[in-house]
Amino acid sequence: MLIKVPKKSDISENMVTDQNVYQDRRNILKSMGFFSASALLASPSAKAIDWFSKKEKVFETAPLTHNKAPSFSTDETLTPEQKVISHNNFYEFGTSKSDPIENAQEFKVDPWSMTIEGLVENPITLGYDDLLSSFPLEERIYRLRCVEAWSMVIPWNGFPLASLLNKAKPLGSAKYVAFETLYDPKQMPGQRSRFVGGGIDYPYVEGLRLDEAMHPLTLMSVGLYGKTLPAQNGAPIRLVVPWKYGFKSIKSVVKIKLTDRKPPTTWNILAPREYGFYANVNPKVDHPRWSQARERRITTGGLFSQNRIPTLPFNGYEEVADLYKDLNLRRNY
Amino acid sequence: MSPGRLIWFKVLIHLGALLPLIWTFYLASIDQLGGDPVESLLHFTGISAFNLLLLSLLTSPLAKMLKQAALIKVRRLLGLYAFFYALVHFLSFIFFELQFEWQFLIAEIIDRPYITVGFVALLILFSLALTSTRKSQITLGKKWQALHNWVYLAGILIALHYIWSVKSDILQPVIYWVLLLLVLFMRKDKLDRWLKKRKKNLA
Ligand code: HEM
Repeated sequence: MLIKVPKKSDISENMVTDQNVYQDRRNILKSMGFFSASALLASPSAKAIDWFSKKEKVFETAPLTHNKAPSFSTDETLTPEQKVISHNNFYEFGTSKSDPIENAQEFKVDPWSMTIEGLVENPITLGYDDLLSSFPLEERIYRLRCVEAWSMVIPWNGFPLASLLNKAKPLGSAKYVAFETLYDPKQMPGQRSRFVGGGIDYPYVEGLRLDEAMHPLTLMSVGLYGKTLPAQNGAPIRLVVPWKYGFKSIKSVVKIKLTDRKPPTTWNILAPREYGFYANVNPKVDHPRWSQARERRITTGGLFSQNRIPTLPFNGYEEVADLYKDLNLRRNY
Repeated sequence: MSPGRLIWFKVLIHLGALLPLIWTFYLASIDQLGGDPVESLLHFTGISAFNLLLLSLLTSPLAKMLKQAALIKVRRLLGLYAFFYALVHFLSFIFFELQFEWQFLIAEIIDRPYITVGFVALLILFSLALTSTRKSQITLGKKWQALHNWVYLAGILIALHYIWSVKSDILQPVIYWVLLLLVLFMRKDKLDRWLKKRKKNLA
């Protein structure tokens, strides 16, 4: 006779699921605007009346030691840290900009494991501490241009992706680099429910050509504003490619795989006419539904700040233009 | 509903429509409306306009169901506020999103289907607001009802505008489509009559 005795771990799993279901319902209701006061007015004062939050746990960040890298940095006005960490597109934690900071507080990043595999001589696995200690960290102040036509200026802390790839020694046959975000529906409400996650097929995947990946501007970031990354910004490690639209800069990376074929990329799969593989910032090539000629720079000043500025080719990083001299940028958007 | 109660009800509607708008503008002006106050403002004014329009469409079926004929008296007010919010939405787009780059406005209205349908909806709401007085009702006679039936088309265009404006998070716009279709269904008899009439006119 077979009697299934529930193990202790089963029970706790059920409890976790209940919590998740509760959280999912809350997310769906919120997205319907039922909690519009708290959803819309994401201000400290409005947060006080958000009775539904259960914020016992707060995601911890820690100071990082790093060197400045002025030659890679812009001296434009920084986007305040509070905005960088509260205005995020990270659909794994919900589709509205204020969802990630709210839903990612309990995200666990230690232990972590990120692998560099595929067409390399020397596959690597990095644990949480390795991510922070294997390479000297630099501060690079980059512009970030979102495909939705807003932008920020962010002081990242990290190391060039090239340093990591060189350590893994790409084979001659490697032409592309594929990236993958953590898949963990228990922790990521957007991966549990299509409604919360914006209809994306998870895990989120991205890709670069090998020469793009090896470019000195291409950064693996483990921090911002001198501290380890907040969960909603892609902790513990994320890609930053400043001349491409923000969705290329994949967050919470667990896998980097060198390949000989162009890897699939999430937004391109979802809407191939709207989002290409390259996604280079380009004021001359509009998104089918909106213009890319201008952007609104998010800094301070509120509603009346005159923050609309022209968008520059390659987001102002003209030094990458050489990578694309044989490419029709209109067709390869 | 007694006349006294009705007045209080209208006062409540005025407060309910105006206070959140003033509060939202205040928060946006001191940069306390999320990371990007312009986006929050566009969402708030757009959704609120849609909510108010749906409410105004609901008043007459509700009045019938609840046998509260006096409810009809707030329909115009709700409709006017729907237009008012839509106008603030449109002006916010020009003032804070485009920041007065007028050449972009024309291009957007022509080139971007979701803006085009939003603009047409706004024009419809505008003409309904202009003719919402008792006086126009009398002068226009039968034509008044025909004109005001365009509100259903406006509803559909707004639902279209909404679902076209999002990147991939279509849950909320789909819910609004369902709400709109429910409201249209509640007024099905009227729509039927209207469609029949149109057919007759065509024939
Ligand atoms: C020419 C007229 C209009 C323009 C230029 C316009 C512009 C916009 C823009 C740019 C957005 C996208 C905001 C974003 O996602 O960042 C938007 C969303 C929206 N608009 Fe309009 N709109 C117009 C007319 C209307 C009208 C007449 C209504 C309703 C009565 C309306 C309701 C909405 C709604 C419900 C949304 C979605 C808000 C959300 O995503 O939460 N719009 N509009």
